[in-house]
Amino acid sequence: MAEHVIKMPDVGEGVAEAELVEWNVKVGDLVREDTVLAAVMTDKATVEIPSPVEGKVSWLGGEIGEIIAVGSVILKIEVAGDAGATKDVADAETVEPTPVEKIETPPEPAKAPAPAPKKPAPPGPYLGGGAPRPAGEKPLASPAVRLRAKEAGVDLRQVSGTGPAHRITHDDLDQFIARGTQPVAAGLRPDMTVEEIKIVGMRRKIAEKMALAKSRIPHITYIEEVNVTALEELRAKLNAEKRADRPKLTLLPFLMRAMVKAIAEQPQINALFDDDAGVIHRHGGVHIGIAAQTSAGLVVPVVRHAEARDLWACGVEVSRLAEAAKAGTATREELSGSTITITSLGAMGGVATTPVINYPEVAIIGVNKMMIRPVWDGTQFIPAKMMNLSSSFDHRVIDGWDAAVFIQRIKTLLETPALIFVD
Amino acid sequence: MKEISCKLLVIGAGPGGYVCAIRAGQLGVDTVIVEAAKPGGTCLNVGCIPSKALIHAADEYAKIVEMAAGHDPLGISLSSPAVDLKKTMAWKDGIVGRLNTGVAGLLKKAKVKSIQGWAKFRDGQTVEVETETGTQIIRADTIVIATGSLPVELPFLPFGGKVISSTGALALKTVPDTLAVVGGGYIGLELGTAFAKLGTTVTIIEAQPHILPLYDSDLTKPVAKRLEALGVTVLTGAKAKGLSTNGDALLVQTADGTEQKIAADHVLVTVGRKPATEGWGLEEIDLDRFGAFIRVDDQCRTSMRGIYAIGDVTGEPMLAHRAMAQGEMVAELVAGNRRSWDKRVIPAVCFTDPELVSVGLSPDEAANTGAELKIGQFPFSANARAMTLQGETGFVRVVARADNHLVLGIQAVGSGVSELSAAFALAIEMSARLEDIAGTVHAHPTQSEGFQEAALKTLGHALHI
Repeated sequence: MAEHVIKMPDVGEGVAEAELVEWNVKVGDLVREDTVLAAVMTDKATVEIPSPVEGKVSWLGGEIGEIIAVGSVILKIEVAGDAGATKDVADAETVEPTPVEKIETPPEPAKAPAPAPKKPAPPGPYLGGGAPRPAGEKPLASPAVRLRAKEAGVDLRQVSGTGPAHRITHDDLDQFIARGTQPVAAGLRPDMTVEEIKIVGMRRKIAEKMALAKSRIPHITYIEEVNVTALEELRAKLNAEKRADRPKLTLLPFLMRAMVKAIAEQPQINALFDDDAGVIHRHGGVHIGIAAQTSAGLVVPVVRHAEARDLWACGVEVSRLAEAAKAGTATREELSGSTITITSLGAMGGVATTPVINYPEVAIIGVNKMMIRPVWDGTQFIPAKMMNLSSSFDHRVIDGWDAAVFIQRIKTLLETPALIFVD
Repeated sequence: MKEISCKLLVIGAGPGGYVCAIRAGQLGVDTVIVEAAKPGGTCLNVGCIPSKALIHAADEYAKIVEMAAGHDPLGISLSSPAVDLKKTMAWKDGIVGRLNTGVAGLLKKAKVKSIQGWAKFRDGQTVEVETETGTQIIRADTIVIATGSLPVELPFLPFGGKVISSTGALALKTVPDTLAVVGGGYIGLELGTAFAKLGTTVTIIEAQPHILPLYDSDLTKPVAKRLEALGVTVLTGAKAKGLSTNGDALLVQTADGTEQKIAADHVLVTVGRKPATEGWGLEEIDLDRFGAFIRVDDQCRTSMRGIYAIGDVTGEPMLAHRAMAQGEMVAELVAGNRRSWDKRVIPAVCFTDPELVSVGLSPDEAANTGAELKIGQFPFSANARAMTLQGETGFVRVVARADNHLVLGIQAVGSGVSELSAAFALAIEMSARLEDIAGTVHAHPTQSEGFQEAALKTLGHALHI
């Protein structure tokens, strides 16, 4: 039997490490060539690792969620063939060393055959206390205790047994229930279960990004209402008379154009703040990220150079990116590089939100739900289509006054949409 | 076409189905049960119960035949005993009939509506039943499939004529002169032994190297020895090939490769049972399968919402008491209780001579868990009660973990040990340690002392050996 060693492949772009997000095999599994063994994830891309050989998985080198350096051994496969012929896949694929190195590097000593997988040590005697139950072993309890636990919604694996061989007694169960619950009304049952879910992959990325933004950026959130009655009339008219090849306009392209206009007057809003270096990078191009919910989690596809796209072009790009993000086909470039972000939950938008800035940007515009509200026009209440904008700014570099001016400008543009189109 | 609706519909009134329906009825669930034949299923009508009746009759007869042969150590003598199989069968049918009526009565008492007829799924919530009085449509919130299993047929020995299944063997009117049994599992051995005791010349053909291939040879050795004493020919490693041209014999290829003709008035084929998955519209609802069985989870739920399956149709072990426990659990689930399958063991019993019981893990299975083991065995030859019953063959064996003495498995072979299965199963369900069994006072003189002594032996201090 020979052993084939699989290493964390070089996933490109100078990435030095990747997160293990999925094992597709377990020790003892027989694999064919091209069977997917595992999935690893870098900043944006998830890469599947296929098996280069046919054989039996003999060793897995990592836990889901672990960050593993490129080149580390992650898996071993036993293959039929010459004993001791340890092959090294990653090495075979790496670029040949240059001749100079060849001269300087002494020949590598022959690798010793990999040691046979060690047998697990026999379990030692139970020493009492706690519930030292090996994984997969059923808790010891009589049928009556099991039934009571089931009805009380207690997972007996969480209960430590004080009986012989750690058997769970009625008293153990009573104590567990008494510790964990308050008296409840008849018919309602406390659910004592605690499920552990490891935060990996996309969710971990989101968690890190959000923590970074909230811990570093002192947010100031400014909420203003916008009367979009005229804008909605214009939008309906444009959609009714649009060319067949053009997409249906949503509110987003109008907002994007209004932002371009307002940014022209306040360029400090469209910037990235490198707070480690203490430098603000003010961008000429307005690259607007659109926060979107997908089945895999939150992603932010980016409409590049909104300043160079007209209303229709913005609309086309938004719908194209939205499709790509939903289908999971958006590229790394399309999912990064924004200079300012819009977040909108559509009909779920609520009255007001406190958006979290897409670090290291300095502003995020949140769109709340549009609804008809009575508005006092000076003589009477009239129904108007009203929508709130909830926007957050980095208070280290944007003063409250500037934030207010920026949003008031957008409000003016959206309430009199003709202003968006004239210079 | 008549139409009714109910909360729970159970298809099949075997041990799983009828227990499910009774328990559901007790819990106030509006329940209907459909059965094409008589209530009680395979077990009650053509399985466990009638075979046990026949085995008892054969045992009684064999005893007096041995006495009549002279030299009876008990000093009893008699002359020319005879058996009238027709009367035996009538007595057996009487028991089955009483139990049929009993089950029907229990269903009625639980306010379960019984419908006689053949059920067929239309969709996941609707079943049509062909009854004597026309087609009955039943709509149900929840349906339990409890259709059971059927004997496996061999393509070269199709059932019919002299080739019979266990059902046919239990309906014979006369004691055959010769009987060939294809398949040396527990069903073949139980029936083969009974007929041998009634005077038939029996040959058992088993493809595996030993009989009762699911049990270890320590357990099966006493059974093999008794078969030999009864004059039963056991051909292991042998394959049945079909009937001879004139049909009066079974052709067998023996272990050494030679062909042998085995004279047989009847050929009893007992090579296993298969789930009954045809004829009731499984194709209409397309449930996930597990081999030929219907796949169920730990609450007996199938892949379709609102449809449960219990008993033999859901897999091994195909035993009535497993089906009953599943049926009870499903009824309680349907009534809104929290339940899931948490049984530690399903005892298995072979009513061979001597009887054989296995509960929990065998020594091999226990060794496969990786745990270090302690195994102890106590022979009935050292048990007083066994001596007085002339049943000194066999032993009780206990398998326990070495570290905490938790009992993992208990096996026994010996006369009447089927009744010990209760003590064995209780011990494991209660998570007993060796000390728990050793520390329980067992009545003297009983065979159950063998259980206590086996635990003591495993602990290293048996008293009576």
